[in-house]
Amino acid sequence: MNNSRILKRRLSLILWVVIIAALVSAPAILPVFRLNLLGRYLSLAIVALGVDLIWGFTGLLSLGQGIFFALGGYCAAMYLQLNSAGEFPNRIPEFFGLYGVKQLPFFWEPFHSPFFTLIAIWLIPAVIAALLGFLVFRNRIKGVYFSILTQAALLVFFNLFNGQQKLINGTNGLKTDVTFLFGQLVGSESVQRWLFWITALLVILAWSFSSWIVRGRFGNVLIGIRDDESRIRFTGYNPTLFKTIIFAIAGGLAGISGALYTVQSGIVSPQFMTVPFSIEMVIWVAVGGRGTLIGAILGAVVINYAKSLVSEALPASWMFIQGGLFILVVTALPQGVLGWIQGNGPRNLLSRLGISRYTATYPKLDIDQSQEIEL
Amino acid sequence: MTLSRKLFASLSTVAIASTITACGGSDSSTNFDDSVTVGILHSLSGTMAISESTLVDTEKMAIEEINKSGGVTVDGKSYQIKYIVEDGASDWPTFAEKSKKLIDQDKVPVVFGGWTSASRKAMLPVYESKDAFLYYPIQYEAQECSNNIFYTGATPNQQSEPATEFMYKRSPAAGKPFALVGSDYVFPRTSNTITKEQVKSLGGKVVYEDYLPLGNTEVAPIISKIKRALPDGGTIINTLNGDQNVAFFKQIQDAGITPSNGYYVMSYSIAEEEISTIGPEFLEGHYGAWNYMMSIDTPASKKFAKNFKKRWGSDRVVADPQESAYNMVYLWKKAVEKAGTFEDNAVRKALVGITFDAPQGPVTVMPNHHLSQTVRIGEITSDGNFKILEETDGPVLPQAWNQFEPSSKGYACDWTNPRKGERYKL
Amino acid sequence: MELILESLFNSVAIGSVLLVAALGLAIVFGLMGVINLAHGELMMVGAYSTYVTQLIFKLPILKPFYDIYVLIAIIIAFIVSGTVGILLERTVIRRLYGSPLETLLATWGVSLILQQFVRSVPLAYATGCVITIFISLLFSTVIPQNLLQGNRRKLIKTGALGTSAAAGVLTASALASLVSKLSRASSRNVDVTAPPWMRGGVDVLGMTFPKTRLLIIVITIISVVAVSIFLNKSVWGVRIRAVTQNRDMSECLGISTESVDVITFGIGSGLAGVAGVAVSLLGSVGPNVGGNYIVGCFMVVVLGGVGNLLGTVIASFSIGLMTDLIGAGRLLTIWPNMPQPLASTVDFFSTTSMARVMIFALIVGFLQYRPAGLFPQKGRMVES
Repeated sequence: MNNSRILKRRLSLILWVVIIAALVSAPAILPVFRLNLLGRYLSLAIVALGVDLIWGFTGLLSLGQGIFFALGGYCAAMYLQLNSAGEFPNRIPEFFGLYGVKQLPFFWEPFHSPFFTLIAIWLIPAVIAALLGFLVFRNRIKGVYFSILTQAALLVFFNLFNGQQKLINGTNGLKTDVTFLFGQLVGSESVQRWLFWITALLVILAWSFSSWIVRGRFGNVLIGIRDDESRIRFTGYNPTLFKTIIFAIAGGLAGISGALYTVQSGIVSPQFMTVPFSIEMVIWVAVGGRGTLIGAILGAVVINYAKSLVSEALPASWMFIQGGLFILVVTALPQGVLGWIQGNGPRNLLSRLGISRYTATYPKLDIDQSQEIEL
Repeated sequence: MTLSRKLFASLSTVAIASTITACGGSDSSTNFDDSVTVGILHSLSGTMAISESTLVDTEKMAIEEINKSGGVTVDGKSYQIKYIVEDGASDWPTFAEKSKKLIDQDKVPVVFGGWTSASRKAMLPVYESKDAFLYYPIQYEAQECSNNIFYTGATPNQQSEPATEFMYKRSPAAGKPFALVGSDYVFPRTSNTITKEQVKSLGGKVVYEDYLPLGNTEVAPIISKIKRALPDGGTIINTLNGDQNVAFFKQIQDAGITPSNGYYVMSYSIAEEEISTIGPEFLEGHYGAWNYMMSIDTPASKKFAKNFKKRWGSDRVVADPQESAYNMVYLWKKAVEKAGTFEDNAVRKALVGITFDAPQGPVTVMPNHHLSQTVRIGEITSDGNFKILEETDGPVLPQAWNQFEPSSKGYACDWTNPRKGERYKL
Repeated sequence: MELILESLFNSVAIGSVLLVAALGLAIVFGLMGVINLAHGELMMVGAYSTYVTQLIFKLPILKPFYDIYVLIAIIIAFIVSGTVGILLERTVIRRLYGSPLETLLATWGVSLILQQFVRSVPLAYATGCVITIFISLLFSTVIPQNLLQGNRRKLIKTGALGTSAAAGVLTASALASLVSKLSRASSRNVDVTAPPWMRGGVDVLGMTFPKTRLLIIVITIISVVAVSIFLNKSVWGVRIRAVTQNRDMSECLGISTESVDVITFGIGSGLAGVAGVAVSLLGSVGPNVGGNYIVGCFMVVVLGGVGNLLGTVIASFSIGLMTDLIGAGRLLTIWPNMPQPLASTVDFFSTTSMARVMIFALIVGFLQYRPAGLFPQKGRMVES
């Protein structure tokens, strides 16, 4: 048992060294376009961490993380739009002119302030997530019902943002590429390079925060909720509270992720709230390995990178590959790639192929699932 | 360690493989001194693939035609045109991402692409911040004039304004009230704002306006509202998107909203392609307004249709958006040859003033980066074509800034004069 | 009076589309606990089979029967979608019983594959595939077990497989050569046109009722009645309900739960196919046709209460009624001098997009009050 623990430690250490080396060397090796892509995928890793917290650790499968992701993006974009609106008529963002709007809608006003925006990016999604979560969890709605309701909520928000041309520019979304931050064009190379570093830093911060959460007593309760909610309730804990808190945290992470993604891709639009995108977030975590935080990060980055490469080469085949991935992961690799590696998957495969001798393990290792979660 | 190394190795193999396959393009026949690679960026997957794939077909055909006739000649050297096709996936941020890829990674001198206004609005900042050049082939709502985009589709005064005037003054529904129905996105909303102002200035009335969310095909509430708003018939201006049109036309016919009952629909997004999808039996007697219609009886038009059918199948049709896409490839070729270089600024300067004998008749590039085009109004016939009822005497000059809409009235755009630029007072 | 009649008809029309679409889902979700996100794509399969049937009936030999092709298409769509559903059950879903969240993800993957499949594979070959699967499934149920012994086993199995593959290839090539539209893959939407006698409307009391809407209402009524008779009166219906209530006990009593699973899922999928026929009559047929309905269907099932047919019926019609009331701004017509702030709110929500927002919000609100829907399941099983 100790042996395997040390092995896992070593594995995670190696993974970290590789990741940090890759991050540090990326700006030097990659051309601007690929670096920008990598930056965006890293920001997606943050939302994946949130999905892992609520699904991998707490067992809540949310299909509506796109709401919080988009809200974060909208907050950032609104600030940037206002920050660069000085030269336009009425000193409001340009697009309002198209619809004959002369007065800034009231909810835009606070976004003149950069400090408010920095807080709003994570606080607004978190509060909305808490509210939504509380209403659902209070009634002990769980499992698939929770998933379906989050999906319906996603559609509500999509329609709301999509239909409101005069308030938030509807389908077109808000652009950030040609706005200014500290007098610099956001779409310019130097700002994008800075954004890459900020993203990388925030991914590491988000990871440390998440692993701090799941390591303590709080984390144990979450896992307890996932494995047997009634028992947790009977033990005297209030699962609703824990679930609401963790859902809010995941919402906040999604908001940060959305803001970073928006400023690096140059636009936020209701497309972020479409059904497929939110389900994709789940598959990143599922492939990487749910219940392993680093798996969520790797899953988000690797799958998205693969997606952009494959869709450049063969646009039609990505749907097949993605669909196949869903089925494969669920049926054959329920713990994801990382979980499979940790669970002696490779050795089992080798022994099954007759290359390596099968070594019997101590049964407790197979039963005691809590061994799997640490990394 | 080994695993991650393997992962990286396999990733880089995928990367290499993808760049090799992506650079496919047309066959490399002989007799060219060099080659130039251009970008084509349309949706090949997702909801917009239905429409946008026809543009890719047309652009490929135009490029093949040019290559067959000796390619592009620059500075005495002949260049074969190759192309990279990228998929915008009906997703606006993806259009921006792929634009960046084509400009930064593939270093193409020009990108032909886009369909929806939302995708153009998403791409615009990319081209402006990188000072690259996009050719955009669709009729649109205007109120935009970028130095980095060249628009070959119609502006409202080349499509919707003559159409509104026709409906109010000379159609069987003349003098009757208007109802406006569209999909919920920027083109219908902006186009209808203009139409409302125009109808007001003509002395007519708009009694109903509604928008259907994209992807929703439940039109029953809209139909009952139209019937209530227009009890005695009238004009319905339709700016619905692709598949919503099918639901709309099937169900208005069932509900008795037909030409024989005094209801006439003028559509801005229904061309021959859409007619064949929806079925002419649902559309007969309604109207459309375009610059190009397949039924135009000139040798150039017939040749365009014949070549397209020969290249892509006898059951295929050509329509206005395809003609615009076809024109823009030729206009780019002419501009490059006139400029003698592929360099953006020189090509941009050379572009203005170029005339091309398009399938619709001669078109000329104007200083506001739009085309002067002929406007036609047609009635849909039972064989799925337009019967051309009206045609302007010659090409109509494009207005980038609308003259009915108060906020843009009195403004124009001129990129040949540095003091005028994007928006100046007339 | 006229207004009420029109409003009522519209509500029933919208509700019946929802109901026929949600019916299959209610069975699969309610009786088996399977979240089938590919339900919309099974509808799409049904819609495409209507299209193929239509083209086949345009061939000279079948031209005289063109008028009734829609009715035949209903049966064909049921069989085709049912076949695809059974294949899905046997290959993927069977492994995932008892873990609904995993099923949800896997079926989403299936839906992506099905969508891309109709884009990339010519419909003639797709039809061939379905026929192969259908015949081989047929063989596996028809051939008696005692024949499958010893040496003959392999022979018979190969023979059956060969026959079905041959039938598939034959159909595919025949279709491809006869109907040119089916021989090429296309991502463009296609169109189903109702035969002439089904177009237009029926005039009653000075109002026009579209015939296609009436047909859909009839299809819906027949499907609901058939399903409820099947579940309540037939032997298999009783077995299905028994397995739903207690799987282990049923197995002990000699019910083949495996067959029950296949039949339940097959019927649920087949009903999705029937819904596909209905939907194809209203709009165009494309790879995304089902995706537009799936969330609405789930809301119907959740609102109605899981595993309850009556709940599903009532939930669909109430959503239909609300869509019409809110989306068409009826409240303002009924009560024209509404006080100002209220009137502008009603007006704000009286577009189709905002009506959707409002309805989803109302449903979530309602679930606050009754978390298990209109007709909650009773008994000890509910918590688990």
